[in-house]
Order: sequence, then C-alpha cells, then structure tokens
Amino acid sequence: MTRVLRWDVLVGALLVAVFATGSLTVPGFATTGNLSFALGDLGEIALIALAMTLLVVAAEVDLSVASVLGLSSALVGALWDGGLAIETIIPLVVLVGAVCGLVNGLLVTRLGLPSLAVTIGTLALYRGLAYVVLGDQAVAQFPPAYTALAVGDVPGTPVPYPVALFVLLAAVTGVVLHATGFGRALYAIGAQEQAAFFAGIRVKRIKLLLFVLSGTVAAFAGVVFTLRYGSARADNGLGVELAVIAAVLLGGVDFDGGKGTLGGVIAGVLLIGLLRNLLMLGDVSTEIQSIVTGLLLIVSVLTPRLVSVVRPALKGTP
Amino acid sequence: MTPMRLTAAATLLALAVAACGGTTKSSVTSAPAPAPAASSAAAKADPNAPLKEGLKLAFLPKQINNPYETIVDNAGIEAAKEFKGEAKEVGPSDASASSQISYINTLTQQGHDAILIAANDANAVCGPLQQARAKGIKIVSYDSDAAPECRDLFINQASSEEVGRSQVRLLADLIGRKGEIAILSATANATNQNTWITYMKDELTKPDYKDMKLVKVAYGDDDDQKSFTETQGLLQAYPNLKGIISPTTVGVSAAARYISGSKYKGRITLTGLGTPNQMRQFVKDGTVEKFALWNPKDLGYLASYAAAALVSGQITGAQGETFKAGKLGERTIGANGEVILGPPFTFDAANIDQFDF
Repeated sequence: MTRVLRWDVLVGALLVAVFATGSLTVPGFATTGNLSFALGDLGEIALIALAMTLLVVAAEVDLSVASVLGLSSALVGALWDGGLAIETIIPLVVLVGAVCGLVNGLLVTRLGLPSLAVTIGTLALYRGLAYVVLGDQAVAQFPPAYTALAVGDVPGTPVPYPVALFVLLAAVTGVVLHATGFGRALYAIGAQEQAAFFAGIRVKRIKLLLFVLSGTVAAFAGVVFTLRYGSARADNGLGVELAVIAAVLLGGVDFDGGKGTLGGVIAGVLLIGLLRNLLMLGDVSTEIQSIVTGLLLIVSVLTPRLVSVVRPALKGTP
Repeated sequence: MTPMRLTAAATLLALAVAACGGTTKSSVTSAPAPAPAASSAAAKADPNAPLKEGLKLAFLPKQINNPYETIVDNAGIEAAKEFKGEAKEVGPSDASASSQISYINTLTQQGHDAILIAANDANAVCGPLQQARAKGIKIVSYDSDAAPECRDLFINQASSEEVGRSQVRLLADLIGRKGEIAILSATANATNQNTWITYMKDELTKPDYKDMKLVKVAYGDDDDQKSFTETQGLLQAYPNLKGIISPTTVGVSAAARYISGSKYKGRITLTGLGTPNQMRQFVKDGTVEKFALWNPKDLGYLASYAAAALVSGQITGAQGETFKAGKLGERTIGANGEVILGPPFTFDAANIDQFDF
C-alpha cells in the first residue's frame, strides 16, 4: 500500500475530520475544559494500549490487563485501609502487576500455550483475586496530594498529569518500536516467529519481557484509575481490555502480528475517545454510541484486508 | 535476567520508601476537613423569589433502562413542564462507579442549570460534581446520595432510619418474630441500601426481636441474574432461613421470581422494597404477602422542584430553609442538606391494583 492509503494514516485523517466536525457543530466540544477531561478520561486506556501495541505487533495479546487494573485498585484500597503509606503501596502494587504479567509470560513462553487462552484464564483469575482482596467494598479518602496528581493539570497547561506521562511514555515506546533493533525484532517475531528465532532473536525472552511490561503498566494504570476516581473497588476497569484492544486494532495493528505503527494506535485511542465524547455531547444514547464504536472497529479490521485483496486483482497480479 | 532485575529493583524501592514512612490513612484523616464550597455559604436565600422559567435540568440516573429510575426521572421531567423548564435524562448503560463521570462532564459542558444525580458511588462522582458546581451548576442528588460536600441537596425518598426499621417490623410481623433472616441488597457500596441495613441491624438489637437472627447480607448488585442466583445460594446455604428482606426493586423481584418457581414457596417469607408492577404477579400467586416503597413519581417530582428552587435562589441548601414543591406542598431542608419525601408505603393484595408503576 502507498503511504497515503495506509490505514493508520486514514485513522489519523478520520481523527482530524471528527475533531473538525465536533468543533464546528457541537457547542462545548472544542473547549479546553472538555478536551482536557476527554483526554484525562482516556489516560488508563492509552497507557495500557502502549504495552498492548508491542504485544500485538509480536503476535501475542494480553486480555488480563483490565483484571490486573482491578486487582491493583483493590490492593491499593485494602493496603490503604490497612494503614500502609501510599508511597509504599504504589511500588508494591506495581510489583504485583509485574508478577501477574510474569505468570502470563511464563505460561505462554515456557509451556507454549496460546496467549489468547492463557490471558482469558488470568482475566478471570486476577479479577477473582481482586474480589478476594477487597470483596464488594469500596475504599475512598485517598490523600488529596495524590488524587490531585491523577486529576490535576500540569501547571500552566490544560494537560492532565496522566496524559503528560502518556506523552512521555509514548515517545519512548515510539522510539523503541520504530527506531531500535529491539523494535525490529518485535516485527520479525510477529511476522515469522521461526525465522526470527533462526536470525538469532531471543523470541521467548522478549515475549516474557513484553508480558511483564504489560502487567506492570496495567497495575500502574490501576493506581491512576483509583486515584482519579478516588474510589478503590474490585470491579474497577471492568471491560477496559476490550477498549484497549479496540483502539489497537483500530489503529491498524494487525492481530496476526508484524504490522502496525504506534502513531496509528495513538490516533485510534484518540478517535474512540473523542467520538464517544462528541456523541455524548450530542445527546446520542448509550446504545447508539456502542453501535458506532463497534461498526468503526469492524470497518477498521475489514478495510485493510479488502484493500489487500482488491489491489492485486486490479493490477492483474495473482 | 531483565524481569528479575526489575523485580529486585522495585522491591528495594518499596522497602526503602516504607522505611522512611509516608502518607498513610491516619495522617490524612487527622487533617482538618476542607471548608465547604464558598458559593453556597456566601449566597443568600430569598424564599419569595419566583421560580425561573426556561430552566435546563438533567437527570443522571445510576443507569438508563432501569424501570425504577425511569419512573422517577420521567416524573421529574414532567414536573419541570409545570414551571416551564426543560429536563432530560441521560446516563450510562451500566451501574459501575466510573461510568457516570463522563456524563457529568458532558452535562457541565452543555451548560445545564442543575444536574440531578442518583450516585453509583458517593466518592467517585465527587470531583466532577465539584467542577460542575464551580461553574455555577446546582447539584441535587436523589435516590442514592453523593458525598455531602459535593452536592447542594439530597432528596431522600424516606427517612433512612424509618425505611430500615420499618422493613424489619414488616418482616417480623410476617414471620412471628422468630427465626433466621437474611438481607439481599444491591451493590456493596450502594449508599442508601447500606444506610438502611445499618438501621435494620440496629432495630434487630431491640428485645422485641431477640428470637430473630440476621445470618447473612448478600449482594445481587442490582443485576437481575445475580440477584436470582444469590437468592438461590442463600436458601441452599441456610436451610432454616425464615425470611428475606431485599431493599432494592431489582433484588426483591428477582428473589420473588426464584422463590415462586422453587420448593421454598410458602416456606420462606420475602419482603422488601419493590414496585407494584414488578411485584403484582408474586403478590397474586402468594409468593409475597407485603412489600413497601415510597412513590417514585413523587420523588422525581420533588427533586425537580428542589432543583428549580435552588437555581431560582429560593433556597441555598442550608438547614431550615423551606420551599414549595408544587402539588406536594411545602418541604423543609433538614440536617446535611437533606429533604425527606415521606414515610414508606406498604403494598399488599388488597391495595396493589390501585397502583400502576
């Protein structure tokens, strides 16, 4: 495909179109307050999507991320209630996330199980653990200094702290994925695992690392989520894994691995978030909102496939 | 190995931080509470101010398509027409803590005069509600309260104490004040259910009820299927159970549906808070003898008028202020900015056909 017709570029263009339409037709959309909120509301999804992009490029997936988020939120609540300092809780909880990721990674790389199956299992397992930790309780009253970090803006800008953090991490991830040997190794693994192995890439070790990273980021997102809402609950973030994977696929990352760009994923996250915000401001009902997002996703998965079938046919090549 | 090094580093970091102390729950709760919002304290109530016309109100229920909330909100929307205002209902499709947040933001951006909210989580909605108030939007909570510092008024469907105690009295009379009982609630942190349950437990400590024992509080999460299976679980786990109180419309109807089709019908007494339309068949087939509720239409109606009175400056939310709520007459604001609708009403086979909601 030529650059203009690449899916991630199209998603970027669609994003610009949605933004322009919103600014012109829906009052209250293009205000600093609204956009700042809409971006902040995407914080956790965006953070998790970074790690998920790396996994999907390497032809793996982690469906347990939202459960790790919930487990992390429940742990934050239980430990805070137990009188531990928040400065101790955060690293501990992130560490637990890393362990969750390590378990996923070991099951996939050492036992050779498909990540889809493994992480559907741990999706249920980690969410179950979250309920064991906190039950049906909700814990609130976190220190204002920390909740302010989760909802507040970087001084002098309308950018919420989690979004600023995302921009920083996205830049690092973008460089790693697109400008280093490690990034190329991920594409190689995703495109042809065996060839990558014979080319000297340590496939299993890299995949293990990616799962640990995914768990770590998801747990950290759980901390952000908890502080942002000021409420720790075991059911926090229920279903977020689908939003993340939707954004990654919408961004043009091939579910079979080996293809996609981080820029596309970021555009995908923003597109889903802004579209939802726009539909809400336009008083479109919740049902229609999910129908629109669903259709968009189907189109995003379908279009590149159709193009790859139609193009060679038009050129007359087999 | 990299993950291992990472793990070790994180552990060290955690221990290091733990050693030098930090921000704990006790250090936060001992700090003085933040001062109440300046806007409500500074404003002055003018009881004779006329209700403004053309007010824009928005109802934000726990979730849309919940029959009970729909009745409340529709009555509120109708009431707004009486004072020539416009009202609408928007809301999330699931009742999770976080799902109302983006709606609060949306309503703030749309510039409504007042937001009426049935909070899914008293604290999770707090931040966005404060932002709305900073823009001069009045916040009225109804059905399920938000943290008091985040709203102007709470329209309480009935005095929480009276609801809790009367539910126990109702069940006690039906089972002869004897035997094991259980409670089937909504979500574990549903503000109103938890308050009622506190009063139920307190009522049960009275000598009158010394032969009644509360064995379990189960949570059906206001989900029909979960409430159904929780009922099943209760009856299997406690074979001597005599009665169940389910203080939620979703829970009591799901429980009634399970009991009516099971071997427990006639052996277990179910009561709670339900709507006549949902409970009619179970009252007629004898599964349920009596249940209670306030009139949800009056709740929405009162909330609408309270919001209008706030925006019009008749009241500020301070204790002792009064306002006129259309056909319901005058209401007085009680402690903590609460306005009480009235005592709960008991439905039975004799009167249920007089009600259609």
